[in-house]
Amino acid sequence: MKFPNPHDVTAQTIPGTEGWERMYPYQYQFVTDDPVRNKYEGDTFWFNDALHYPEPLYPFDTIWDEAWYLALSQYNNRIFVVPPARGVDHRIINGYVYISPVAVKDPEEIGSRVPHFMERAGIYFKNWDSLEAKWKVKMEATIRELEALKIPALPDMEPLSVVTDAVGESEGFHLLKNYDDLINLGIKCWQYHFEFLNLGYAAYVFFLDFMQKLFPSVPIQRVTQMISGIDVMMYRPDDELKHLAKLAIQLGVDPVVTSNADWSVVEAALRKASRGPEWLAALNKSRQPWFNVSTGTGWFHHDRSWNDQMDIPLSGIATYIGKLKQGQSIERPTEKIIAERDRIIAEYRGLIEKEEDRKQFDELLGCAKTVFPYVENHLFYVEHWFHSVFWNKMREVAAVLKQHGVIEDIEDVWLLRRDEIKQALWDVVTAWATGVTPRGTKMWPKEILWRKGVMQKFREWSPPPAIGTAPEVIQDPFVIVLWGVTNKSLADWAAVQEVKDPSSIEELKGFAGSPGIVEGRARVCKTVAEVSQLQEGEILVAPTTSPSWAPAFAKIKACITDVGGVMSHAAIVCREYGMPAVVGTGHSTKVIQSGMMLRVDGSTGLVNIMR
Amino acid sequence: MDAVVFGGWNDTRQTQLPLVCWFEDCRKDSIPLVGGKCASLGELIHAGVRVPPGFALTTEGYRAFMADSGMEREVELLLKEIDCRDLEALERASASIRAAIEAQPFSNELEDVVAESYRQLSLRCGVPAVPVAVRSSATAEDLPGASFAGQQDTYLWIRGVDEVLDHMRRCISSLYTGRAIAYRANHGFSNEQVAISVGVQKMANSFTAGVMFTIHPANGDRSVIVIDSNFGFGESVVSGEVTPDHFVVNKVTLDIIDRTISKKEICYTVDLQDQVSRAIEVPFERQTIQSLIDDDITQLAWMGKQIEQHYGRPMDIEWAVDKDLPTGGNIFILQARPETVWSSKKTAPVSSPGTSAMDYILAGMLAGRKVK
Repeated sequence: MKFPNPHDVTAQTIPGTEGWERMYPYQYQFVTDDPVRNKYEGDTFWFNDALHYPEPLYPFDTIWDEAWYLALSQYNNRIFVVPPARGVDHRIINGYVYISPVAVKDPEEIGSRVPHFMERAGIYFKNWDSLEAKWKVKMEATIRELEALKIPALPDMEPLSVVTDAVGESEGFHLLKNYDDLINLGIKCWQYHFEFLNLGYAAYVFFLDFMQKLFPSVPIQRVTQMISGIDVMMYRPDDELKHLAKLAIQLGVDPVVTSNADWSVVEAALRKASRGPEWLAALNKSRQPWFNVSTGTGWFHHDRSWNDQMDIPLSGIATYIGKLKQGQSIERPTEKIIAERDRIIAEYRGLIEKEEDRKQFDELLGCAKTVFPYVENHLFYVEHWFHSVFWNKMREVAAVLKQHGVIEDIEDVWLLRRDEIKQALWDVVTAWATGVTPRGTKMWPKEILWRKGVMQKFREWSPPPAIGTAPEVIQDPFVIVLWGVTNKSLADWAAVQEVKDPSSIEELKGFAGSPGIVEGRARVCKTVAEVSQLQEGEILVAPTTSPSWAPAFAKIKACITDVGGVMSHAAIVCREYGMPAVVGTGHSTKVIQSGMMLRVDGSTGLVNIMR
Repeated sequence: MDAVVFGGWNDTRQTQLPLVCWFEDCRKDSIPLVGGKCASLGELIHAGVRVPPGFALTTEGYRAFMADSGMEREVELLLKEIDCRDLEALERASASIRAAIEAQPFSNELEDVVAESYRQLSLRCGVPAVPVAVRSSATAEDLPGASFAGQQDTYLWIRGVDEVLDHMRRCISSLYTGRAIAYRANHGFSNEQVAISVGVQKMANSFTAGVMFTIHPANGDRSVIVIDSNFGFGESVVSGEVTPDHFVVNKVTLDIIDRTISKKEICYTVDLQDQVSRAIEVPFERQTIQSLIDDDITQLAWMGKQIEQHYGRPMDIEWAVDKDLPTGGNIFILQARPETVWSSKKTAPVSSPGTSAMDYILAGMLAGRKVK
């Protein structure tokens, strides 16, 4: 397998984007002026993190990449002292993130890290449940702090109380400080994000590894089926919709709820309807925190939450009301799922021949089951709840910048790096204090316009899946489980690069996410807003799905995604509903068009396009 | 295990053992009487598995044949002076023994017993002179660790009592191939110790047939069932004359997790003109068609799982889909024996020495995952 040299890739700047490097932190650049770093970069294996970043990264959104660059690496390398693995290094080319696991190479050093790892990781594994309970307290406190954080507008004149209370601080200072607090809360939240995750994934990866050694043909989805919890937070937002659908029927407001697709119209009607306010009160209870669920992965500013786009949960509630009215059950068949999970565990266990292997199976399964709720639930706390609130706080910051003419539109703020925003706020605040015009008013709008053009060119560019020199061994549990870096995936990536004409493709390969075979018509939904076009019995083709897509699953008979592994949302939900899923196909939304006839084999991970 | 109940064909000799025995009266501990294959068919029937009916000429019947005809003494004489390393002499002795056996008539008594059983079988199947498979069922064959597989013969689509008797003799004579004689000598079995039984089984008119392992023959994975299939009788698959279609089924969930459809150029089927089984070319347009439908794959794998559970060990199974019967009741098991390759292999445990989760995780991290 041969991959391009990173410096050759960066040397081919897309015409019109010269100088794009200033949109990202300087340490993310592949360099030419430092021979030692240049050699390291050339000798290292980098792969495009398309799992998290299918699109080029906006300068502001780089915040979460930096946050996990720090957090994942520090927990591996400095806190738990994982013997053979340090952190994961990052670079950016044309807006696309490339990452590389950094190994500990000296065998002696690996040996000396072992006792530290055993002690430190041991404490977490042994006390998992009590530490996880503490984590929830910390995490919720952080989110409350975020929710309470005020982004002040700059008044023409400070209120008299500043004088009478002898406050001694201005709103200008508060704006600067609270912006810093906002950013720091975000970084802190990501510190917590990884507190359990490295170890959680390690437990999962090595249970999988053990199963694959015992049963070389075991599908990964069977292993995940053994550990997946039923009672995870990811299902809560959807469960709330079901609850609200039932309540609407019970209160007799269901004709009002289903009367219009526009939430503002429905809400106004409900206020006037008898028992409508009662239903609205129940809705408001569900909204906090459950409607903070993001319509995307939550990683990007454009991933809006249900709370931001109430039409989406409304359409979900309407779908469920329709099903209930037709006498259909909308409950997940949880008892059946648990019984099937237990049967699978018992049968695999029964196939193990050696006593010590059975003991090891019990130990590893127990450990994986312990860590699994965290591995799923942290997503709701961080990527959904925290992020949804965070993006809106940032929009409040953007509103101040817009008010002072530094940016023209609130959504322009994402084209600035977070340190540039800090500079712009200083510019605004000092100009406000002084009573002059901020310098940025003539500088940033022009720069933002140019950056928008650059982003568009980045979107049209196809990043190579991998660059640099492939290693012999990968030891980082994250790299194995999340990105699935194996011989096979590397070969597939190399092959994807060679596809020139998407209309010639008849077969797509992905991970077998949920078993079963069906045939049907495709419906490509690039965003959750397009879910309303879904017809009963279609096959959903999506870039990725998240809990906010839940209502879609009530209509479809199979699901295909571009990005995600067997632990991804689409795979887990399809297993719950007992329908096939093929996930992580790479480019199904580009190759497949709505209306095409597809054959989806969720047991082998194959999608056939019947042209 | 219940006491073995034998058929009512006790003869006038000083013995309680029958000359023939219906499959349903055999059990897995009937091997000394009916050989491995027939004992296992009896066991399968007992376990509720769908097996085509039939009967066995017992080892007692074999001994009667050898004694009554004087063949016993003749064999002893011919093999007395043989040096098993002298292959030419071995083959010469084998040839004369086999010719003598095949030319030897059955006693009237034995012939009557076999003819009556065959008549009853035809009656049971509702087919006059029902086509049968005649196969040897050796007492040492099919035993774990002493695989004689392929050392005895199978004759397909045999019709009429004379043909049945004739092929019974051929099966008996197959006990005396040069290779079998040498094998016994090398493994310390005396010729008197070894007896053979012959199974006579209703021929499944198979649309598709093949073999099934309840363990992955390539890597010993016990969580899968591997099925090889081709059109027609299973002989083309068993003998390796074609590359069959290949299916891997998850044993726990019965999902088909892998499939390879091969180009199958020949298959065995009955020539209706002269009523014999022969290899024919598969019509071109069918060569690359899947020879076993998905529903049958699942059904077959389910049967394989039941058989494995009954025996408590991985099994090697021959099966056929009968084209004369409706879907849902047309898959038959023709043969099941314990898998011997992986079962006798000593493998190291996968667990880490401490068997705690932490021990395994650490060991796994240190080993890493190879990327080439």
